Amino acid sequence: MAEVMKLNVITPEKSFYEGDVTMVELTTTEGDIGVYPNHIPLTAVVSPGVLTIHEEGEKKQASLISGFITILPDSVTIMAEVAEWPDEIDFKRAEEARVRAERRLTSGEAGLDTLRAEMSLKRAMVRLGLKH
Amino acid sequence: MASMRDIKRRRASIQSTGQITKAMKLVSTVKLQKSRTKAESSKPYFNQMYETIASMLERSGNMDHKYLRAGAEGKKAVIAVTSNRGLAGGYNNNIVKLIAGTPELKAADTKVYAIGRKGRDGLVRKGYEITADYSEVINEPLYQDAADLTAELLDAFGRGEISEIYLAYTSFKNTVVHTPKLVKLLPFDQDAAAGKAEEEPKAQALMNYEPSAEDVLDMIIPKYMSSLIYGALLEAVASENGARMTAMDSATNNAEEMLGKLEIQYNRARQGSITQELTEIIAGANAIN
Repeated sequence: MAEVMKLNVITPEKSFYEGDVTMVELTTTEGDIGVYPNHIPLTAVVSPGVLTIHEEGEKKQASLISGFITILPDSVTIMAEVAEWPDEIDFKRAEEARVRAERRLTSGEAGLDTLRAEMSLKRAMVRLGLKH
Repeated sequence: MASMRDIKRRRASIQSTGQITKAMKLVSTVKLQKSRTKAESSKPYFNQMYETIASMLERSGNMDHKYLRAGAEGKKAVIAVTSNRGLAGGYNNNIVKLIAGTPELKAADTKVYAIGRKGRDGLVRKGYEITADYSEVINEPLYQDAADLTAELLDAFGRGEISEIYLAYTSFKNTVVHTPKLVKLLPFDQDAAAGKAEEEPKAQALMNYEPSAEDVLDMIIPKYMSSLIYGALLEAVASENGARMTAMDSATNNAEEMLGKLEIQYNRARQGSITQELTEIIAGANAIN
């Protein structure tokens, strides 16, 4: 039996996920990380990406847009400001957001908030990536 | 003694008021259930947030950070969470009194970020300056609203326009107990946080931070504030409905009590008029004989 650790994903509205897992994958500001049990204690900032939860023999995916993660040897806590399971995502809206963000970025108009547009493009891409 | 007609009219008016208060009580009971569940389901996020931040500050010792430094001279900001509607007993007034009665928050050097029209109007009457009005938010608080407000406050804090940020709201203990509370958001009170963390020592392993402790703190403190404001909004909504429920309950009881008294008065008046009529008839008959 593979070693497990406790995973808690909490959003402001509810407890998003709670359970024993063998591995968690997510994106932080420093890049993608995968966390196994007995990881060194670490606190990191989440950047938009896909959260992959490996339970024993099962794999779940969700979008994780912002928040931070606290890793202790036996537990992982993700404080997510925004997180959704694939069936909660409004793909039509995400698609529209992607088109809009791309348009804004290619238009190159003056006073464009590039960072904001890039962030919204990234968010949309993460959500759309979970469609399949 | 009032005439039968007057008493009848009065009784009808009290009865219809009683019906209204009774209906309002029922409505706020339903709303209370809803807002209470919402407030409770947001608690774990906030508690976890508080624990993380407290243990972080404790482990990292005395960090020098812009959000932790005691503010220089400057105005103070207070977020006043009240409701848009009245008829909730002392609910709104308690917050106004709490702010006006705090020596650190003088009308002259305090900026008010009002959430809720009633509190805003009350503070204006006391001479406070309203910087921003987010009254719409209290109807349906979203996490995004709290995040927006936090961004605006931190912006003003960064520019040095305000030196301290307070949050005044009504905390929800249970259906009948709600207490007005004033919380200092910034600068973050390190001693209070560390004190609480000591009570329950967690894994004392040395925490690593990515990218760096300062960057993480930079990111977490705004989130901490948002979650605190969001939690306060949800609790305030629950308290508002609880307060209204209690107020309307006692109003309904009072109406019933008054109706009972009027009923007796009415019966007396009716009896009196019958007696009078009888006396008149008998006196009339006697005069004919």
